[in-house]
Amino acid sequence: MNLEFLSQIPLLLTIVYCVAVVAFVFLFVLFSNWLERKISAHIQDRLGPMETGGWHGWSQAIADALKLLFKEDIIPAAADNKLFRLAPYLVFVGSLAGFAVLPFGAQLIGSDLNIGMYYVIAISSLVVIGILMAGWASNNKWALYGAMRAAAQMVSYEVPVALSLLVPVIMSGTMSMQEIVHNQEGYFWNWYVFRMFPFSFVAFIIYFWASLAEVNRNPFDLPEAESELVAGYFTEYSGMRFAIFFLAEYGNMFVVSAIAATVFLGGWQAPFPFLKFIPGAVWFIGKAMSLVFVQMWLRWTLPRLRVDQLMHVCWKIFLPFSFANLMLVGLWAVLWGK
Amino acid sequence: MFPSLNHYLILSAALFCIGAAGVLTRKNAIIIFASIELMLNAVNLAFAAFARHWGDVSGQIFVIFSLAVAAAEVAVGLAIIVALFRHKESVNIDDVNLMKW
Amino acid sequence: MESVFFVILAVVTVFSALMVILQKNPMTSVLFLILAFFSTAALYVLLSAPFLAAVQIIVYAGAIMVLFLFVIMLLNLNRIKEEGSPLLKALGMMVAGMLLVIAAVVIRSTVIPSDSGFVAGTEPGFGSVEAIGRSLFTTYLLPFEIASFLLLAAIIGAVVLAKKKL
Repeated sequence: MNLEFLSQIPLLLTIVYCVAVVAFVFLFVLFSNWLERKISAHIQDRLGPMETGGWHGWSQAIADALKLLFKEDIIPAAADNKLFRLAPYLVFVGSLAGFAVLPFGAQLIGSDLNIGMYYVIAISSLVVIGILMAGWASNNKWALYGAMRAAAQMVSYEVPVALSLLVPVIMSGTMSMQEIVHNQEGYFWNWYVFRMFPFSFVAFIIYFWASLAEVNRNPFDLPEAESELVAGYFTEYSGMRFAIFFLAEYGNMFVVSAIAATVFLGGWQAPFPFLKFIPGAVWFIGKAMSLVFVQMWLRWTLPRLRVDQLMHVCWKIFLPFSFANLMLVGLWAVLWGK
Repeated sequence: MFPSLNHYLILSAALFCIGAAGVLTRKNAIIIFASIELMLNAVNLAFAAFARHWGDVSGQIFVIFSLAVAAAEVAVGLAIIVALFRHKESVNIDDVNLMKW
Repeated sequence: MESVFFVILAVVTVFSALMVILQKNPMTSVLFLILAFFSTAALYVLLSAPFLAAVQIIVYAGAIMVLFLFVIMLLNLNRIKEEGSPLLKALGMMVAGMLLVIAAVVIRSTVIPSDSGFVAGTEPGFGSVEAIGRSLFTTYLLPFEIASFLLLAAIIGAVVLAKKKL
């Protein structure tokens, strides 16, 4: 590929953007950590953290982060030292790499690849490898079980995720994230979730549920089921490394929600044209955050699935439905156009 | 220009020979399998380099087919290794000599 | 710029390939194989094949290597020792080295048109999803369908082999 374009992009601008995205991830994780505590508390009719920092314990997450940073860094004696140290960073890189193609606004995008959608699906596989490494290197039965469950689950659910993401790709005829967003311009009924009813809507639902399994959230949180596996693959991690796993997990939650917001909910487009004066980034983050809120809501509402139920749901329900859905959308696109 | 077709081909040949060395010297069936994947990968790289050289997308299509074959091969091969381990409690290829005379 | 990337990626690929066959521990050697696949994917990007790069990562890193790691963990293969005769090892290395010498000689002595770089420049659409899809579903439609049958056969074969009782 001709790499001359690299010299044309102002390097400084790229660096500033990268730093801003990383800062955004940190802020998001702190905020959503606090939010999750508050949501869980209110769902269970409690108050949650109220003391730290004053108003509704807003600085609880910051205090927790500082505590994790100053904790002793423990590496188990029987662990595979190098792999144990490397694994959390691999998971974090896999989660952060997804942010490169998320369109925060009309101009705010790391790189508008023409295989953007495919890139996101591909790069998320780095997370699986990191999790397997963590579970193996810990040399702990629970960690190993957690890692194997995570790998089986993430590899299986990648299939319905990819198949349902192909529906908006067919509808817009491109894999570039920015072009998909541009094709949903106008009123909110132009968003892909409302077009080609009901196929696109079904794809959205399947994507949302399968992406819960991709990021190991309830009801698919078997890999880290605390009541049976302690904490799954990161049982042996403490302090800084645990914090990195935590960052990666919440970062992933944002990535999958942001992809759903981009391809189904119009990305940075406003729901009504007269609301265009509000910056696109606000709409984008707002849409993604509302999906993150639903994820948290489900976590404190639904019970966990069993392993066999998990596989049953993926291979016998999601997969046939998303296949049929994809074929019908293809047929529609051929017969009546996009 | 520095990275020309020749350089890619040399790199691909080096990868292929490293894979071949792995197949010839190791005894663990999994590592042998990994080395075969390495050799396939080397061939894919050569295909992609030729596609770039002639500006013809067919080379890239061949890579995709070879990836499909590799995926099929790994699924069956690993199933064989698992079945082998069930019978022999070992994946050392020296233990698999039933058909030898 | 491109040459710097090429050198770095080539060194990483060859180094990790060597580690694959030299590491005693199957787990580490498979992890090095993943690194080799990732750097090959980056080489595909240099070769104007971004789609191939993504396919490589999805198929190899996302599926095949996870299967490898899964089998190693399932069978707990790390405790298995392997001992081979050093003579056979030296012989194997020699054969592989000779193969490399032959390949290098052949590549050096073959006259490739326009040796100084690539013949064709890249048009804008080269290596994109569109170009590959068009070619795959017209010229190569029959091989494509046959590949799907191959994958189906592999699925059935794997299930039959790995299942204790059907």
